[in-house]
Amino acid sequence: MTSQHWTQNNPLYLDYQATTPTDPRVVDAMVPYWTEKYGNPHSRNHHFGWEAEDAVEIAREHVANLIGGTAKEIIFTSGATESNNLAIKGVAKFYGDQKKHIITCVTEHKCVLEACRSLQQDGFEVTYLHVKENGLIDLDDLKAAITENTLLVSIMAVNNEIGVIQPLKEIGQICRDNKVFFHTDAAQAVGKIALDVEDLNIDMLSISAHKMYGPMGIGALFVRRRPRVRLVPLIHGGGQERGMRSGTLPTPLVVGFGKACEIALKEMGAEAERLHGYQVKLLAGLKANIDEIYLNGDADHRIPGNLNISFSYVEGEGLMMGIKDLGVSSGSACTSASLEPSYVLRALGVEEELAHTSLRLGLGRFTTDEDIDYAIERISKEVNRLRELSPLWDMAQAGIDIKSIKWAEH
Amino acid sequence: MIKHIVYMDHNATAPLRAKAREAILATLDLGGNPSSVHSAGRKARRVVEDSRELVRAAVHAPKTAQVIFTSGGTEANTLALNGATRVLTSSAEHASILKARDDIETVPVDGNGKIDLGHLQELLSGGDGHAIVSVMLANNETGVLQNITDIAHLAHRHGALLHVDAVQALGKVSVDFVALGVDMMSLSAHKVGGPTGAGALIASKDVKIVASNTGGGQEGGLRGGTENVSGIAGFGVAADMAVAELAKMDAVKALRNQLEQRILEIAPNAVIFGKNVDRLPNTSFIALPGVLAESQIMAMDLTGICVSAGSACSSGKSLASATLAAMGVPETLAKSAIRISLGHSNVNDDIEAFLSVWKDLYERNEAKQTAA
Repeated sequence: MTSQHWTQNNPLYLDYQATTPTDPRVVDAMVPYWTEKYGNPHSRNHHFGWEAEDAVEIAREHVANLIGGTAKEIIFTSGATESNNLAIKGVAKFYGDQKKHIITCVTEHKCVLEACRSLQQDGFEVTYLHVKENGLIDLDDLKAAITENTLLVSIMAVNNEIGVIQPLKEIGQICRDNKVFFHTDAAQAVGKIALDVEDLNIDMLSISAHKMYGPMGIGALFVRRRPRVRLVPLIHGGGQERGMRSGTLPTPLVVGFGKACEIALKEMGAEAERLHGYQVKLLAGLKANIDEIYLNGDADHRIPGNLNISFSYVEGEGLMMGIKDLGVSSGSACTSASLEPSYVLRALGVEEELAHTSLRLGLGRFTTDEDIDYAIERISKEVNRLRELSPLWDMAQAGIDIKSIKWAEH
Repeated sequence: MIKHIVYMDHNATAPLRAKAREAILATLDLGGNPSSVHSAGRKARRVVEDSRELVRAAVHAPKTAQVIFTSGGTEANTLALNGATRVLTSSAEHASILKARDDIETVPVDGNGKIDLGHLQELLSGGDGHAIVSVMLANNETGVLQNITDIAHLAHRHGALLHVDAVQALGKVSVDFVALGVDMMSLSAHKVGGPTGAGALIASKDVKIVASNTGGGQEGGLRGGTENVSGIAGFGVAADMAVAELAKMDAVKALRNQLEQRILEIAPNAVIFGKNVDRLPNTSFIALPGVLAESQIMAMDLTGICVSAGSACSSGKSLASATLAAMGVPETLAKSAIRISLGHSNVNDDIEAFLSVWKDLYERNEAKQTAA
């Protein structure tokens, strides 16, 4: 096997939802802007400034093209967290004297949830929709939650932990019918699945470059012009990005982001097909080798680059320690340092024990067929080894219902 | 023929240092989200934390100080003032401060751009003590330095905190967080030869920062969002080098002084703003009465010389400098001012190239005046 070189210090990277490696073609596109082309794009007076501004506008077109928007609707930000904050707080501040109700969902990214919580302190009412066992929202719940006072619905396109794709077209239609703004955190979706803001009736859409093979430190918010969505900016100042986001634009990062979008538009279809093959192979391989494993989140409405699996009777920390040659995570990178079980899995109704034993396996552009073989072998071996050491697994095999055990207090 | 470019707009953005570029590229190859616990993540985390110490050291901030990475100086300024109950600032600040909130209170500056301390004291006396005073260390357009230690004493005597926008000062003059007596300080990477897209807010241990980008818990919960690891890597290296090379600013200052002297020899009616007060060694803001700044900049650009009419943020908008307006400079004079900001790479020939175009502009204008 060619994958023998994976070690603890050079692990096989299977964490594409945390971040993606920067595509070498993206690096090549950025490098000239880190050398001779160092103009501040806002210095419209001289040669360097002009060149930088041209490059930024070309990149803006690439970003717009990928999601079916127009360049004028793209606001560059420092990343999806800022985009989400800008969308939610910005709209709330602009329209807050007219409507004060926001609908989101319990499995959203932390930054969306925290933006909503901060608005609650400012007098907004927020409805947190629950999700079904498959991780998707119930459209009837959404319809029922909308009132005359509803300003905004913010539902993520793809969940960062379980990879499920929400029914965006239906949500968009419901929002449009009720004249409610629809924002979607599409950080995990853009460049992975086809998205068209016109077709889906999306009013605002957040993008992160580093989740789609672009650089960290850059992202965008799509803000619809017709019908127009207006925002109060979070960062004031020089008036860049049509006043919606001040600060000098990082030209190399913008160029890299644009290149990443250009590549995604061309290669997304074939890439998704290839990754879907790996996804099926990986799940089948693990199922063939390991009993009692559970896929978290809907099996079909899911991006091809994600699997989130619970391995019962295995202690999660122990499993992670045993497969240090695999760069995987137990959930969102933002909360990965904490030992709390994932709030996303809990929201799906996954029991705490199982939530503690889950792995998020993220596949992407540079994953190979050999990598999948290696991952199947390593995870299977480690899970089965840990179970052999586990008295719980022994009891389960003997037919004892673990939940019936009364633990002695100590 | 490829035009030789003479870059004299370092206050807009400084050329990226080769070592910062190396650090950026090395980090891009690294991959990994610094919040991930696996080894790819831990390597990225290490880069961020090493840079944090370099940035801290560059401004001599204490070990206990909070160093929060942001997307740049503008975001750092926004973060500093977020959640403040009252903000007092000078009328010659960067737009990111002046526009940070609607109820900002401005203190006038004198003809040299120095803040009116008496007026500041009056405003401070009128409050309940929970104010933030925000003043830039060095003005981005004139380069004029404020007396930060005096302002710090005044603010603290009235129970207020002092925030200093040191974006233009770092790497041009010595910046000492402790000696200046400030509570918060904004920095930007691309003004010191680092990349665009990275900056920092530094705050004393006890200052309570209110996050503006919430979520994710990064940067101690004060600035959510995956860190711009490569940008931060470049920032650390650039800040470190900028401070190490501070002595080189003497040569830059000599060039600047030579340029100004020659300007005044050519045109006794030229006005150099803030010339008689402490200024950054690299900056010169010069009015050529009767010739619009746009015309001067265009003439310079035709010969490959990059200068600007003032802050890059507002360039192209044809507005007179807000700093000059605050200093009481008449609009017609302000509209004829251009900013020259030099860097390490500028040489004598650059000054000569500039003077040759400038002299021509002056003489044509004189001829026009005489004819009329």
